Amino acid sequence: MEARIRARVNLALTFFALLFFVAGSSPPRQFVISNAERRIDLSSHIINVHLTLKVENAGTRPASEVVLALTPTEVDHLAMVDASAIKGKRKKTTSLRLEVKPTELPDAPPIDTKYFTIYLANPLNSGESTTLEVLYVFTHFLEPFPAEIAQSESQLVFYHDTALILSSYHIKQQTTFIKTPSTKVESFIRMEPTNRVGTEIKYGPYEDRPPYSISPIHVHFENNSPFAVVEELVQEIEISHWGNIQVTEHYKLIHAGARHKGVFSRVDYQSRQSSNGASSFRYLLARLPPRVHSVYYRDEIGNISSSHLRTDSLKSELQIEPRYPLFGGWKATFVIGYGLPLQDFLFESSDDKRYLNFTFGCPLIGMVVDKLTIKVVLPEGSTDPSPVVPFPVEHHLEL
Amino acid sequence: MATMPASASDLLKSFKLKTKQQELLIRVSILCLVYILAFITRLFSVLRYESMIHEFDPYFNYRTTLYLTENGFYDFWNWFDYESWYPLGRIVGGTLYPGLMVTAVLIYRILRFLRFAVHIREVCVLTAPFFASNTTLVAYFFGKEIWDSGAGLVAAILIAVCPGYISRSVAGSYDNEGVAIFALLFTFYVFVKAVNTGSLAWSLASAFGYFYMVSAWGGYVFIINLIPLYVLVLLITGRYSMRLYVAYNCMYILGMLLAMQIRFVGFQHVQSGEHMAAMGVFFLMQVFYFLDWVKHMLSDTKLFQAFLRITVTSAVAVGGIALGLGMVSGYISPWTGRFYSLLDPTYAKDHIPIIASVSEHQPTAWSSFMFDFHILLFLFPAGLYFCFKRLSDATIFIVMYGLTSMYFAGVMVRLILVATPAVCLISAIAVSTTVKNLTVLLRSKNKVVQTGSTKGSGGSKSSSKALLDQSQPFQKNGAIALLFGAFYLLSRYATHCTWVTSEAYSSPSIVLAARGAHGNRVIFDDYREAYFWLRQNTPQDAKVMSWWDYGYQITAMGNRTVIVDNNTWNNTHIATVGRAMSSYEDEAIEIIRSLDVDYVLVVFGGVTGYSSDDINKFLWMVRIGGGVFPVIKEPDYLVNGEYRVDKGAAPKMLNCLMYKLCYYRFGEMMTEYGKPPGYDRARGVEIGNKDVKLEHLEEAFTTSNWIVRIYRVKPANNRW
Repeated sequence: MEARIRARVNLALTFFALLFFVAGSSPPRQFVISNAERRIDLSSHIINVHLTLKVENAGTRPASEVVLALTPTEVDHLAMVDASAIKGKRKKTTSLRLEVKPTELPDAPPIDTKYFTIYLANPLNSGESTTLEVLYVFTHFLEPFPAEIAQSESQLVFYHDTALILSSYHIKQQTTFIKTPSTKVESFIRMEPTNRVGTEIKYGPYEDRPPYSISPIHVHFENNSPFAVVEELVQEIEISHWGNIQVTEHYKLIHAGARHKGVFSRVDYQSRQSSNGASSFRYLLARLPPRVHSVYYRDEIGNISSSHLRTDSLKSELQIEPRYPLFGGWKATFVIGYGLPLQDFLFESSDDKRYLNFTFGCPLIGMVVDKLTIKVVLPEGSTDPSPVVPFPVEHHLEL
Repeated sequence: MATMPASASDLLKSFKLKTKQQELLIRVSILCLVYILAFITRLFSVLRYESMIHEFDPYFNYRTTLYLTENGFYDFWNWFDYESWYPLGRIVGGTLYPGLMVTAVLIYRILRFLRFAVHIREVCVLTAPFFASNTTLVAYFFGKEIWDSGAGLVAAILIAVCPGYISRSVAGSYDNEGVAIFALLFTFYVFVKAVNTGSLAWSLASAFGYFYMVSAWGGYVFIINLIPLYVLVLLITGRYSMRLYVAYNCMYILGMLLAMQIRFVGFQHVQSGEHMAAMGVFFLMQVFYFLDWVKHMLSDTKLFQAFLRITVTSAVAVGGIALGLGMVSGYISPWTGRFYSLLDPTYAKDHIPIIASVSEHQPTAWSSFMFDFHILLFLFPAGLYFCFKRLSDATIFIVMYGLTSMYFAGVMVRLILVATPAVCLISAIAVSTTVKNLTVLLRSKNKVVQTGSTKGSGGSKSSSKALLDQSQPFQKNGAIALLFGAFYLLSRYATHCTWVTSEAYSSPSIVLAARGAHGNRVIFDDYREAYFWLRQNTPQDAKVMSWWDYGYQITAMGNRTVIVDNNTWNNTHIATVGRAMSSYEDEAIEIIRSLDVDYVLVVFGGVTGYSSDDINKFLWMVRIGGGVFPVIKEPDYLVNGEYRVDKGAAPKMLNCLMYKLCYYRFGEMMTEYGKPPGYDRARGVEIGNKDVKLEHLEEAFTTSNWIVRIYRVKPANNRW
């Protein structure tokens, strides 16, 4: 869950994050990757890539900076990157989160590769090896093809990648698994050994590939998961003296998949639901904090009656339905508002300061947020506010 | 007050209130309660549904109010609206009554100034209830002026819950009438006050009241004709006085000058036939004044009689000639169709189908009188009787107001609204007088009983009793019975009003509610679904063609340009749309392309059984279209003088654009269990043409219950 929130947040902040380059790097050739396994999950429009690397220090000196390489297109669509080191064996594994920072390498290789550096907690001595787990999250990465579909067609998308993992290190053995949402795969480029079983395509294992070797592939497959994108989200958090936090969220939602073409027939949509409007979506689920009250869901022209709220002691779930089903390219704007008890979120410290501890991000599940603005309205009489966010954000104070 | 229990009066005594103070306290608290009651009884719609604008016209008012808040008064005044009446547009500032919008914005600004962060929509929704509350106060003072404070209180209570008024002033019914009834009653009250006192200040106030009324509603014409008529009646009945002279002249001249400031009204006060009566009476007043002066100067009665004859004849002749010249030269415009249709209920039916097509312009049925007035309908004649028994300048006014407005209420359903205050006031007189007479009877008895009991002798009691009621033997019992009867009737009235308000008048008509199979409430929010779809998923400059009923809603909620809307100022334009809807598709597409239309919107109730849809309105499209374009002939659509949609329908009906758009692919649809596919639930028949093919249009959107269907106009084929 936390990773997902961070995913959304990072997406909005990628561009800021990229500004913080860290100068200085270790020689890239120091490591050798003895085994690499990549699992690409294409089941929704948010792509999760799990990369497991077994890194071995082949150099002579201890080193602590492992460099990851990404293509420029990947970097453009990268929402977040997260790395952790795996310790222990078999069932007793523990993972330790590691710092990852974008880097620029002076001796750039042929293609415009972008780099991220993982800072290991303890330097790796010569000859030692460790296992790293890296998670990349990409958004807006699947390209609908055909770009326009009729109501009865399902949505086909292209996924472009390389069968060989782009790396600045020598990889001794690597395998890539691509998981598609269904067995309907129109086409994919083979690179032997390639094997397709059910919803999974396996590339590899490939042995002993030199650094920077790539082999472009694409997968053309059916993906009818909701391509729900919030183009802009403005979240207002208003803190009241009277023990209440009022949250108002203004959404601009769009279906970012293949554009709807031609007619929208209600009779087909109602009577043949399995084969009609497969890529459209109707329901959205928002996970709100527990003890939420006064929830409303409306737009510019009034209340939208199709929403349900389920509350329990741990969480509240708000299921909302836009006024009409969203087909490709269709938009909807709406506002969700709710009140929260102040004591759940506001803490007082001994130095006479108060802290508001609030989750950063969008409560809607499975959603990509392109632009996120959070406004915190402080009660009258507040002085010297300062935000604490675990990643760089642009912020300013309005009076 | 008379029957107050001893403990309560002891309690009151401990507060050291004198009887007069007690009476004042009770009166003020009753008024406060009535004020609150009038407001909260109108909130059913907000509680049942939500704080939203209702119906059709209020959406235009809301949209203009929004514009006024955002752009300020001068921009509003000069606003040319490109989004309606495409391609003609509409000069909004010059074609509306701005009173309502300015009032709402004023309230909004005051609330904002007081640091209440309200949205303008909430202000608009609650404007009508707020003014209804104010109307109850005016009704109290008016009743006090024409009768006594008791009648005033009863009038306030009656008008607070009267369905005839509530129908136009529930929360969300953001229409001109909401504030106009307040303005109307206020003007009348202040004018009567001015006539009673002869005070220049009161007549000045009535001029401003009139100005506010003119700025708020076209119904001001009623004032500017009723007041001269009233003055005329006073003149004829020999009640001419200096008070009347001052009141009328000041009110008329200042009111006219002020009214000219409203752009939509302009110079009508001196140029339109509807306002000429007021001017004629104004001149007549001057003649009367002159004659009075001459009479004062001439001591000879015979000479005066001769002079009177000459003056009156010549004055009438000059007036008549001036009017005739004005009419002929076109300086004075003739009466408008709406005005004619008021005087002659059959006029609109024959000449102006567009007026006749509006349901609220139909002649009133008896049932709706009963529905809207309930017991007031019986109390009204009784009140008239009391008024005639105690004739004064004020009661003559209320009698005239009551009688004329009752007539208009009979002509048009919506004018029940204008009659409501008069009916409430007159009924209040009846109730108040009856109850008062009865309690006076009871009180005198009580005194006798008390004195008798203190004396302790049965014989003297009976003897004094016999002394008092010599005429009727069971007077006391009769009085009690009658009082109970009166209160029973009043309680029935209150129950009826609440029931009517909650059941009939509190539906926003944008959101439809029905009972589901398990008794649960099902909401059909199809209108907003469609309008919001238009707003979000069509190009910003898309032109939408629909029947004019939905024009205001499409511009306000859909934010898209419409061809025609509810401001039915251009009959030809509406007829063009009517013609397109009633032609075959290939003929209609020519009209649609010539109007640069991108989307066509129809309302269809066949799936839900919603009866006020476009197929049921279709006869008016044919009639209005045919009124301007003779190619459309109504008999082509009729079978034995009937509109039908089933197999027996006329072939032109089965293939016209409206039929096709409503029933496109409806033939595949199962609407009701046990009925064939394509069963129209609104009309209860299986449709006649199930194989509807569209050539130039394609379905763009249909709402979840099929109530609104939107079609896209396909681009023209390339010519080879």
